[in-house]
Formats: sequence, C-alpha cells, structure tokens
Amino acid sequence: MTLEATDLHFGYNGHEVLRGLNLSLLHGETVGILGVNGAGKSTLLKCLDRILRPSRGVVMVEDQNLAKLGGVEIARLIGYVAQSQEREPLSVFDAVLLGRKPHIQWNATAHDLDVVSGVLTQMGLDHLALRQVASLSGGEAQKVIIARALAQEPHLLLLDEPTSNLDLRNQLEVMELLVGAVRRQGLGAAVCLHDVNLALRYLDRLVLMVQGRVHALITPAELTGQHIREVYGVEAVLAEVEGHRVVIPQASVSHNLASPASHRHTQE
Amino acid sequence: MKSHPASLPRPGAQGLTQRYGAGLKRRYLLLIALGVATILLGLQAVAVGSYDLSPYKVLLILLGRGEGASEVVVWSIRLPRITAALVTGWGLGLSGLLTQSLLRNPLASPFTLGMSHGAMFGAAFAIVFLGAGSVTTSGLYTSDSGIFMFSRLYAVTLMAFAGAMAATAVILLLARLRRMSAASVILAGVAMSSLFLSGTILVQYFATETEIATVVFWSFGDVARSTWREIGLLAVATLLVSGYFLRRRWDLNALLAGEETAQGLGVNVTTLRLVGMLLASLLVALATSFHGIIAFLGLLAPHISRRLVGGDHRLLVPCSGLVGSLLLLAADTMGRLLVGSGSLPVGVLTSFMGAPLFLYLLLKGNRS
Repeated sequence: MTLEATDLHFGYNGHEVLRGLNLSLLHGETVGILGVNGAGKSTLLKCLDRILRPSRGVVMVEDQNLAKLGGVEIARLIGYVAQSQEREPLSVFDAVLLGRKPHIQWNATAHDLDVVSGVLTQMGLDHLALRQVASLSGGEAQKVIIARALAQEPHLLLLDEPTSNLDLRNQLEVMELLVGAVRRQGLGAAVCLHDVNLALRYLDRLVLMVQGRVHALITPAELTGQHIREVYGVEAVLAEVEGHRVVIPQASVSHNLASPASHRHTQE
Repeated sequence: MKSHPASLPRPGAQGLTQRYGAGLKRRYLLLIALGVATILLGLQAVAVGSYDLSPYKVLLILLGRGEGASEVVVWSIRLPRITAALVTGWGLGLSGLLTQSLLRNPLASPFTLGMSHGAMFGAAFAIVFLGAGSVTTSGLYTSDSGIFMFSRLYAVTLMAFAGAMAATAVILLLARLRRMSAASVILAGVAMSSLFLSGTILVQYFATETEIATVVFWSFGDVARSTWREIGLLAVATLLVSGYFLRRRWDLNALLAGEETAQGLGVNVTTLRLVGMLLASLLVALATSFHGIIAFLGLLAPHISRRLVGGDHRLLVPCSGLVGSLLLLAADTMGRLLVGSGSLPVGVLTSFMGAPLFLYLLLKGNRS
C-alpha cells in the first residue's frame, strides 16, 4: 500500500473541513478526488502532504507515519503539485532540478542531473530545457511542474487541479503523461479534478467528496447519474462515446439542487 | 514496484546535462569576473583622490613597503573607507536580495520596507536619550570634517537593530495576515518610513544642538566614518549571514516556485522567512548604525544581479553581495572625486541611482 489515511480531521477557524476521512492507494494506482468547490479536496491533499496538520487521524506512506517524519523526509516520499503555480525566474532544467532538493546535501550531484535529464526527456521537454520557464506556454509550464514532482523520485504524487487553465489538447497531453509516468514507475497518485470526464477517462478509482467526507469510493465504471446528482447537485446522464464513458449534464439545472449536501433525499 | 526515472532509457540525456553544465559554468565565470573587477576597482580607489598615488605605490604600501604620508593616507584613511564600502555594499546587497526573495516581492529592500528608517529612529533614540552619541571636535577632527564618534557604539547598534526589527515585524505581520500584494507591502513600508521619520524628528526636538548635529550628520549615509573594529564586526556578521544563505540557497530557490510548492519540497517556509528577515534586519542595523542610511542599494544590487546571472540563488546570493560592494565602492569613489576636498555622502549618490530603478519597477509591475 502506498498511502493509507485513516480518520482525517481538519478545520479552519473552528469550521470543520475534513470529517473523519479514510483513503488508501495502491502502487501504480491513480485516484481522482471529485467534489464541488469547498468540499475539502485541496485541504485533503494538503493534509496528506502535511502542508496542513490534521487535527486528528493518521497518514501512512509506505508504512511510515508522516507525523513522525520531518519535511525533507516527507518530500522524499511525496511529490506535491499545488493548484496555483508560479512561473519561477529559472530555466526549465533548474526548475525541475528543484525537485531534487530533498535529496541534495550541498550541491547537485551527477546523479541528480541525470535524474532531471531523464525526466525532461521522458516528459518531452528536453528541447526546452535551457529556456526560461516564464517564456513557456501554459501546457509546457504545467508539464515542467509535473516533471519537477517526478524528479523528486517520490512514492506518491498528490496533484491539485493539474489541468486547470489548460486547453483541451494540453489537458489530454498532461493527463496521458502523468498517468503513463505513474504506471511505469509504480507510484500512487491522488489527483483533484473538476473535470469528471477527464477523471473517468484516465483514472483508476474515484473518491467522491461531500462536505469533508468520502461520499463514495468507486471505479469509473460504477459512476452513475445519481452520484453526479448527489455530489454536484446536477442532473446528468452517462453515455458511452467511442469506448469512453462521459457525463452529460442536463440542459436545465434545477435551482433547488444547488446544495449537494441536502439534495439526497429530495432527489431520490 | 517503483522504478525511478533515472533508470529509464533517455536518448540525448547525457548531452543535455553537458549543455546545462556548460551554461552554469559560464555564469560562475561571470561571477568570478565580477569579483576580479571589484578587487581591481578597490585597488584603483585606494590610488585616486585628492592625494594621488600610483597603483604601483599602492601595491608597495599594501605589501608593507610604504613610507611617510602616503602610508598614513592608505592605511588610516582610504583603506578603512574602501573596506567599509565593500563590506557594507555586500551586506546591503544581500539583505536586499533576502527581503525580495523571502517576501517574494521585487520592490522590497531594506529602504523601501522602512527597515533603514527604523534603524535610523533606533539609533537617534540611543544618541539622544541613552547618551550614546558625542561629537569629537579636537584640532584634527572637527565637526566640519564630519568625523563623529559614538561613545556607546553598541547602544546605537542595538537600538538600530530594534528599530529595523520593528519595521520588519510589522511588514511580516501585514504580509501574513492580510495576504497583501507586492505594491501594498511597499505602501506599508512607506507608512513605516514616515512613522519612523516622524519619530526621529520628535527625538530631535528633545535633543541638544550637539545631539541634533550628530543625528543629522549620521543619517547622511557615509562609509568614511567607521573604525576597523566596526568594519570587522560588520564583516563577521556579513560573512556568517552569507554562509547561512549559501547553505539555504536551495530553499530560496524552492520559494521561487511558491510557498506551497516549497513546503512540498521540505522547506519550513515560516522558519526560513522569520530567520531570514531577522538576519537581514541585523545586517541593515549594523550597516545603518555604522554608516547611516544608504538608500536603494538593497534594491539595485539584486535586480542587476538577476540580469547578470539569472534567478538561481546559488549564484544570486554571492552576486548580489558582489554587485552591492561594487556599486557602493564606485559611488563612494565617485563622491570623493566629484568634490575636490572631502566627499559627497554616498547615500546621496545611491539615491540618484536607485530612485529611477524603483520607479521603473513600479511601472513595470503596474503594466503586468
């Protein structure tokens, strides 16, 4: 098991955001975390990486309790990709080399440089290696960020909206590179996504979150219109198009469905 | 199970590493060239002035083969001043880089954040209320020649540090609590500067004429007034802080990618920021209490350095120090040459250089 989180609780200023959440992840498995804005998806990822300290609960990665590890030790286990990303004033190579920070003692070794070169080639970024990150397109910059997380040589990847602000082509490219790297290297990955169709297409399991709790833990094949209604408060049907399951929201959305927390009984 | 990217086939990866290594080497060579240029300017600065000396004679004096007046000029007047300019320039350049990197704000510097004015207020308070300042007006050192001695040097330094820290604490608190924009943090710095300036004027209101003269002259910004002991203290502090941040250069680089990313890479951002700002305040306090306010140097040096070596703190930490040294030495030497006898306070010249850059950055920031 790569990750095992048990009974996670977290709150901001007395308002509980995570309420006894459990989650586990296998090697080579990708899990999509879905839910409305404010459901606690980003908070969950930050608690899993101990960027935020859960008020209760245990997070184990590769059988190590994260509460007993320092920041650098955690960074050797987990690669975290934040939602809002800055364009650092560095070359692509230097930006990815940052991923080696948890492994570097004083200076980057030949091995560190080799790892970075390998990841850049693997991500198809080698031709951009000496360009400044600021000069890249949105899709290229997002690949650099994922490359940095892979250069950490982590056991687990946590990605917060890795495809937000990307066009359709770049969304597909980023997801394919990401899932490919995770499967090849036998990592675990938890990905927060707003796009349910991307999650259905690329990820192995889905965690549906409602108000800080796991509402359902399912495979993409098990997702139904009822799940969409319960999680998003939106009427939708699932259809199969050229071998891919897709969610099609209904044209008109009932206003009394706006609050997913209260819709379960009213809609069923 | 898990296999790492380094073990994957990667055609051309070796060539990529070599090309990257070559680029990095070029930037290190530039840094060395800058160091050599600073040393050469230092030697030239010893030679020029109202009492002209040839570089050869300077070299002889430095090797202990000098004699007479020229030896006194070099060892007692020019060398302390030049060393002070080099060390203070390095300290202010580095503290400017730290404020910009730690607050992630290109407009930040000890001067624009109000740290320098905080230090000035603290020092003025020590001079007037703690009796830390006195003016030596012997036959050799007149008040006109501008040589002032502080009877209780460390009271001035400690109070300057407290003043700089007060400004730093307010800025840190505002940046943390209100999630302020870069420009808003600078506006807060302007407010802090005004507050400390008013405080300094209030302190002067209660001061004697001698104390006012001490405070006013001290606030000019001049590297000619420090003793070897003060220069030594500043040099040790600057060396230690530089060493600390060379050690933390990867942490500073990680912060470039955002706070959460840095945390994800194992950086304790809160500790880094607190310790960093504390150490930057210490350098500013020492530099300001020994040499007065030297405006804008902390803003100029990191920006010029980024143009030269890029944003990587492995090079940026030493480069900001070196550029600070070079700029302050150049400004001080120019100040000596522009005025026949005596010199212009170096703070005036750095303001002339720094203010246009500050306006440019402000306009650039607004556009983006």
